[in-house]
Amino acid sequence: MSEEKKYTIGALAYNKSGVLTRVTGLFTRRGYNIESISACTTEDPEVSRMTIILNGDEYILYQLIKQMEKMEDVIKVGCANELDCVYRELLLVKVHAAPEMRSQIIQINEIYKAKTVDLSPDTMILEITGDPDKLDAFLKVIKPYGILEMQRTGVTALARGKHTLKDRDDGEYKILDKHRG
Amino acid sequence: MKLTGAEILIKCLEEQGVDTVFGYPGGTVLDIYDALYRSGKIDHVLTAHEQGAAHAADGYARVTGKTGVCFATSGPGATNLVTGIATAFMDSVPMVAVTGNVGINFLGRDSFQEIDITGITIPITKHNFIVKDVKDLADTIRRAFKIAGSGRKGPVLVDILKDVQIAKCEYTPVVPQKITPKPVPSERLEKIAEAINASKKPVIIAGGGVIAADAAPLINKLSKKLDCPVAYTLMGKGCIPEDDPLCLGMIGMHGTIATAKTLTEADTIIALGTRFSDRVALNRDKFAEKKVVIHVDIDDAEIDKNVKSTLHIMADVGETLKSLLPLLDDRQRKDWLVKIEAFKKENAAKKDTSIRAYKILKTAAALAPEGSPLVTDVGQHQMWAAQHYAVNSPRLFCSSGGLGTMGYGMGAAIGAAFGTGKTPVLVTGDGCFGMNMNEMMTAVSRRVPMVILLMHNGVLGMVRQWQKVFYSHRFSQTNLNRKTDYVKFAESMGAIGMLLGEDKDIETTLAAAFERAEKESLPVLVDCIISPDENVLPMIKPGQTYDTQIEALEEN
Repeated sequence: MSEEKKYTIGALAYNKSGVLTRVTGLFTRRGYNIESISACTTEDPEVSRMTIILNGDEYILYQLIKQMEKMEDVIKVGCANELDCVYRELLLVKVHAAPEMRSQIIQINEIYKAKTVDLSPDTMILEITGDPDKLDAFLKVIKPYGILEMQRTGVTALARGKHTLKDRDDGEYKILDKHRG
Repeated sequence: MKLTGAEILIKCLEEQGVDTVFGYPGGTVLDIYDALYRSGKIDHVLTAHEQGAAHAADGYARVTGKTGVCFATSGPGATNLVTGIATAFMDSVPMVAVTGNVGINFLGRDSFQEIDITGITIPITKHNFIVKDVKDLADTIRRAFKIAGSGRKGPVLVDILKDVQIAKCEYTPVVPQKITPKPVPSERLEKIAEAINASKKPVIIAGGGVIAADAAPLINKLSKKLDCPVAYTLMGKGCIPEDDPLCLGMIGMHGTIATAKTLTEADTIIALGTRFSDRVALNRDKFAEKKVVIHVDIDDAEIDKNVKSTLHIMADVGETLKSLLPLLDDRQRKDWLVKIEAFKKENAAKKDTSIRAYKILKTAAALAPEGSPLVTDVGQHQMWAAQHYAVNSPRLFCSSGGLGTMGYGMGAAIGAAFGTGKTPVLVTGDGCFGMNMNEMMTAVSRRVPMVILLMHNGVLGMVRQWQKVFYSHRFSQTNLNRKTDYVKFAESMGAIGMLLGEDKDIETTLAAAFERAEKESLPVLVDCIISPDENVLPMIKPGQTYDTQIEALEEN
């Protein structure tokens, strides 16, 4: 068994009801450890795109890709090359913010390029976009103020440059080809 | 031409060449059954239970190579299919299961006999559909057949809402395209040929994929060309004649001594259409240690899943062999064959011929009419049948390998009878038979000739054997303690019952059984009394390697 690490997997699937259930059901029954999955329709309303963050080794990665590719509703699956990808995640967090704390929080926002999107007498909702590490760092700083609730979208990713998942075979979104027939 | 959804379904089945359907009517499929009644072109076999219908469709598909079809109503009708669908899924059997569901206005409201059968069957189908618009129906049915019968075959479920069956829509017939296997990626072939040509002690492991691809004749060609012995998996049984000098018998947990010894000595494994299940590989890390593994499978996800391959090709076994054979050297491996012959001799010498089941199966195999399929249930009798009952042609063996479904046999035997028009031999045990003996009613009402060899030992033999080996003879819940008179049972069903007591001559009884089954066109149940202490041997314990095969159990 090779070493466990994080893999980013992109997948295109037909935008049919139940497709996410099928995909997540596959992960559950085969015991794949998924950190996040985000899915939405694409420029083509019949196609949706998923970004999956997998914790696992190479064996699990190959199995996940091959098992997903067998699904009728799945069009293409690829593993992103970490270095050549743009990763983004969005976070909304509601924090305690009594009037005397507001300016401190706004200062933190400035450093992290976060935004205040709601203000009430003693709470604020902050919005931040970035790669997951940046969000983690931001949350660490915000936590002492008291997090009431929060929601992260999960990671979305696209390969840099002209390559797309659709033409994955020559793109950065390349399935790990060395074992394929 | 405008037709109702139900009529379109029947028309689409006719398009696909479906002539036999197994099923059970009910509230949400009334329209389908009405269309079936009016069409009159498709023979519908009414089973006693939907599970029997699913197994029958499976048996029919295994013997014909066509896609088996079963019908069930919504709710319990649909859930009763589940075990049969899962059985077909695990053994890659092409099947289309059609279920009805409640009308759109009742959907999602926990209506009477409503169940989310597409949700339930996601993990056990290649794909499934719920049809909510009659305009989608014809193409969905066509797609279902295409999915079931292409690539790695398997079951597809189509759930059709009641109002879709009633609604009308324009129907245009379509001639289905022949499903042809994908081309073989040729760049790998040369490397594979090189590795095979360089091998000194190769062994072929032939699995269910060989049967599915109708590639048995090519296996024979390959083994002759290479002077290479062939071991078959349970699913591959029938791909090589058992009396072929290069046939080693079945491989696996209860495989032959010859397969175990050959595998241990071999330097190269040529695995064709097999997935190295835990009952074959046993210890997936050590199974092929220090050997070259060449893996051919149609399903990419099977490559390197259980056993890591040295070289592989992801393609239909038949197509691969067609392209590969010309690249291979004709070889004579005298030294290797001398060893193989010695292993086979040892195998024959050590075969446990003392057990009564052995004698019964040997005799039945000799007496069965040409072309009779062998069908088994699951357990000791299944392994005995796989070991001792010679099946010399492909598509004459039906057994639940992957799922190990007790109760598979009766339904599958009915399907196999309809598929072949011959007299199947069903080998079952009193445990398994108890699970689906209701299908005796079906077999009688449709006058299906078959010979049922009921290995009657009063225990759940295989579980009991494991209790012997792994649980210090603590026989928890494996003594059946039933008082069933199987001969009377058969007679009460309108079938024929015969008792083969321990004092009776096997040959006389079985000859009479075959004669009566064919003459009266009825199932004949032969109640074969055997000892509860007969074991399935040899055996390799789970997780162990092929050099640790056990040839006898310690009894105390």
